Amino acid sequence: MLAETTTENVSVTGWGRTAPSVGRLVRPRTYAEAVTAVRDCGPRGGIPRGLGRAYGDAAQNAGGAVIDLTGLDRIHVIDAADGSVLCDAGVSLHRLMEVLLPLGWFVPVTPGTRYVTVGGAIGADIHGKNHHVSGSFARHVLSFELLTADGTIRTVEQGTDLFDATAGGLGLTGVVLTARIRLQPVGTSLMSVDTERAADLDDLMARLTAGDHRYRYSVAWIDLLARGAATGRAVLTRGEHAPLDALPARARRAPLAFRPSRLPTAPAFLPSGLLTRTTVALFNDLWYRSAPRARTGELQSLSAFFHPLDGVPHWNRVYGRDGFVQYQFVVGHGQEDTLRRIVGRVSARRCPSFLAVLKRFGDADPGWLSFPRPGWTLALDIPAGLPGLGAFLDELDEQVATAGGRVYLAKDSRLRPELLTAMYPRLDDFRALRAELDPRGVFVSDLARRLNFQESP
Amino acid sequence: MKDAFGLPQSLLVLGGTSGIALATARRLIARRTRTVWLAGRPSPALESAAAELRTLGADVHTVPFDALDPESHETVLGKVFTEGDVDTVLLAFGVLGDQANDERDPAAAVRVAQTNYTGAVSAGLVAARALQTQGHGSLVVLSSVAGERARRSNFIYGSSKAGLDAFAQGLGDALHGTGVHVMVVRPGFVRTKMTAGLAEAPLATTPEAVATAVELGLRRRSETVWVPGVLRVVMSALRHAPRGLFRRLPI
Repeated sequence: MLAETTTENVSVTGWGRTAPSVGRLVRPRTYAEAVTAVRDCGPRGGIPRGLGRAYGDAAQNAGGAVIDLTGLDRIHVIDAADGSVLCDAGVSLHRLMEVLLPLGWFVPVTPGTRYVTVGGAIGADIHGKNHHVSGSFARHVLSFELLTADGTIRTVEQGTDLFDATAGGLGLTGVVLTARIRLQPVGTSLMSVDTERAADLDDLMARLTAGDHRYRYSVAWIDLLARGAATGRAVLTRGEHAPLDALPARARRAPLAFRPSRLPTAPAFLPSGLLTRTTVALFNDLWYRSAPRARTGELQSLSAFFHPLDGVPHWNRVYGRDGFVQYQFVVGHGQEDTLRRIVGRVSARRCPSFLAVLKRFGDADPGWLSFPRPGWTLALDIPAGLPGLGAFLDELDEQVATAGGRVYLAKDSRLRPELLTAMYPRLDDFRALRAELDPRGVFVSDLARRLNFQESP
Repeated sequence: MKDAFGLPQSLLVLGGTSGIALATARRLIARRTRTVWLAGRPSPALESAAAELRTLGADVHTVPFDALDPESHETVLGKVFTEGDVDTVLLAFGVLGDQANDERDPAAAVRVAQTNYTGAVSAGLVAARALQTQGHGSLVVLSSVAGERARRSNFIYGSSKAGLDAFAQGLGDALHGTGVHVMVVRPGFVRTKMTAGLAEAPLATTPEAVATAVELGLRRRSETVWVPGVLRVVMSALRHAPRGLFRRLPI
């Protein structure tokens, strides 16, 4: 029965585990089955889904089809000389790393988890710690094959409108079936990491501005529960792929080994309210104090540097049944005051956020709905059950929009639809392209309904 | 669609002139709700309720709906669902009746039962099926503590609410796993036009307090909400009080 397409009604949520809806899960195992899945979506349409790491409702479709692409997971061609790979959209970055690292290649961009698919990486146009150098994922995608609403498969090259609409287009232009990706050469599978502490937000921003160009990867973890003079204190970690000669003799025997560590899975049922202000403040304080004031050249595994949370499967369960929201926004250079104000507001409100990450973005990429743009981006996780959180985040949205910034749609689960066009000025182009490409609105998601993507300009 | 906090963008009110429903609508409009359908018998009161909600910035439509005409529910409510997703249905219609009069006039008593129970069974099932097709949504049913244990002073109303409450609980179980959430709200004595002129019961509350509790319940995806919350304990005690004692309680 393995070859058969499986179909069942399932309750679907994003990684934040909020706002569940029930859809018909379809898991095609061949391109032909994928075509059939799109043709047979039914009146409530369909949306492609990968490994479900979008935090909000981007990959769920109430009452319609949720097309799970993880059954299409073949790696077709690796050009080990030139550094490119042609693979199915359902292949995870984890799988690519397993296969490519021994050959001396690494994925060009990785977010904080390896468990995203190539299709999801294109649909969200993901960014990573190297955005200031390498841009977002789609910059490294040479072309992809897109299954559109009429059931045809088109090859889409970089530089075309359809490419730019699909990069960051949240699966609403069609189903990416395969992609050709340019890779990053590496000499070893270890990272050489410099760590430093920043006493407050201004200190942190100064350090990021002064030093980021010297590193390929850079990110800062902020303690948003620190107040007063310590507001915005942070641990800054920046690194490079370690060259072979930086490795101790023992590690040189297998310099390209990929051995991510794995801790026990979080239990399925945890009470809400484990993450209170007190517990998170204690954790944050410990984390900050245990970080070295300044340390250079520490060797870390790829997984420890890029994906520390992947070591704990289902870590999203620690937020209990209420789930959590991730709030990520970007404001441009010159809007540092907005960033300071928001950090001040979050600190003053004592939101128990233990994952708050600040990063400096480099040049934007052409994706119409791509999130990154040059400036500062802050991401934080907050338990969804926190009273008054919705109204509070609405206020932050206003400040972000006024500053010409935007929130990240792949993580969103609560933006006010009215602010969408201000944040994404190319939305009207996106709608126009969709009206032409998919006049019946076959591709639709809960997010698209919530944010009125269908509405004509 | 609802957002991460369970707040609806579209709301269908069955019983569009209900004080509790309108307080809830006002509160939800202040959050995320932009589209409201007010279903009720066509009347100046329904139109003015719609006009008032419009001033708050919502797109409000009125829908002619009669709880006592179950045959029409499929058509009337079906039309609303074809216009777009309904994130939350608030089943709020109901009549208190006049206990003393209704005891003497069985036809009047039957009208109370038909409105509060039969009408709700029909409208609730129609709404539930539409929500199930959508794959998401909440059905909020306004029950009452009066349904928890029938009292001498209003057992006709109380028995109709008891039927409604049991129906809604069962419906919630039937819809478990379909993406549809059914929430039973059991307020105590609420100061509204329905209770105007009646002697106030202990722990009396306001429509606004019920609205607040509904919003919180939507966020938590609660199955039962008591307003005020302490009534859960009080009613549990009363429910188990021996009959002879219960009869003599000054309630």
